[in-house]
Amino acid sequence: MVNGKVGIVGYGAYVPRYRITAEEIGKVWNKDGKRTGASLGVSEKAVAAWDEDSATIAVQASRTAIESGRINPNDIGAIFIGSESKPYAVKPTATIVAEACGCSGNLTAADFEFACKAGTAGIQACIGMVASGMIKVGLAVGSDTAQGRPNDALEFTAASGGAAMLIGEGEPLALINQTLSYTTDTPDFWRRQHAEFPTHAGRFTGEPAYFKHVSTASKRLMEKVGTTAKDYTHAVFHQPNGKFPVKVGMDLGFDKKQLEAGLVTPLIGNTYSGASMVGLAAVLDVAKEGDRIFVCSYGSGAGSDAFDITVTKYIEGKRAKTPVRRMIEDKEYVSYATYAKFRKKIKDLE
Amino acid sequence: MRDALPLVWREIPERYNLIGSTCENCKQEFFPQRLICPNCRRKGNLVPKKMPDEGKIFSFTQVHSGAKGFENETPYTLAIVEMPNGVRVLGHIVDAQPEKIEIGTKVKAVFRRIFAEGEEGIIAYGFKFKVAD
Ligand SMILES: [Zn+2]
Repeated sequence: MVNGKVGIVGYGAYVPRYRITAEEIGKVWNKDGKRTGASLGVSEKAVAAWDEDSATIAVQASRTAIESGRINPNDIGAIFIGSESKPYAVKPTATIVAEACGCSGNLTAADFEFACKAGTAGIQACIGMVASGMIKVGLAVGSDTAQGRPNDALEFTAASGGAAMLIGEGEPLALINQTLSYTTDTPDFWRRQHAEFPTHAGRFTGEPAYFKHVSTASKRLMEKVGTTAKDYTHAVFHQPNGKFPVKVGMDLGFDKKQLEAGLVTPLIGNTYSGASMVGLAAVLDVAKEGDRIFVCSYGSGAGSDAFDITVTKYIEGKRAKTPVRRMIEDKEYVSYATYAKFRKKIKDLE
Repeated sequence: MRDALPLVWREIPERYNLIGSTCENCKQEFFPQRLICPNCRRKGNLVPKKMPDEGKIFSFTQVHSGAKGFENETPYTLAIVEMPNGVRVLGHIVDAQPEKIEIGTKVKAVFRRIFAEGEEGIIAYGFKFKVAD
């Protein structure tokens, strides 16, 4: 047990309205995009609008979390924003979120970077600070407007979105029973300073990277808390595409039904730091009292954070006002040209 | 362009959270913030007040020839939004197909980028409006 009291006291997600299909991306590069999309298990991805970035996404998700959890913004003592697509290379997004959420200045804040798992690292930092009595409530956000190099496989999945989790004690909608991580130095994906697009190590990203870290952290957490896959109602894994989370889940003994509610990448793409957290938000949208949720993130570089969570009776009063599935359905398709403009892939746009 | 920095910083409460003023004497609310109540003059006392984040479109226009810094965003919709407290606010309408925008349409404030000062300058954020569901 962490301490038997700390948990999620509010949550919210944000998925931009625009979508581009794998087929549309494929057209530009003379590829069968539908086939590429099917092989990745991603049919379309969410595209942030011209005037959206990882800060605006973080603010929208955080405001939903604060409103739905009925949290006084003045009680928030720490804000950690996980992202690999920060609007500023130097200047925190966390301060923008703090100000836009009406928080007092009496808080600590920082941006975290650990590829796709910086958001869950923020959750762990908040758990520690809340459980130790340093702060009353902590806000952890995973938010990205991920970019893939044009005509790279990543372009079919790199998407925009994010989620926010408020961590605290006293009537949590879900208790965080335990968390555990597994981390090694594995160069499967990176972006050097000043480089516009990330580089990935192709096939190397699967077995020694994603699968090794997710399954090690997951197995160790279940060992530590004495559970097996059967004890969980829902399981959420980092979802860089539609295939990896299903494979790792099945390997760990989960079935498709347990993975269903939290699997959103097939419809919105990989939201990077947001991915496992948007999945968790989608699960919390439908979870019932007593449901046990397994979550395991993955960040390239590489590491995984696993969580064992139990939903409480307070869920009914604190469900996010804007459910993830509704944001997924509320969409408008854009052409590759509009996507290139929105995401400023055309040189000279800012 | 860095001349805009002091203004961008000063306007953060207004742009991020729609902080206006209310007069403690006559209770009228204002946005943007005012220093003196036009009704009460010296008898009035203005204090900061957060405006409601929902309202209705009072009037709107499609902009085809964008203002400086907004040239690449055309066409975009600018609207005067009337809040339940009677205050009218000018803002962009985002994420909406034109046919959804009508006088009386309910909108909700969202947080967006307003402008960026080139590739190296400050990014100004603030409210825009989105059709409410
Ligand atoms: Zn007055």
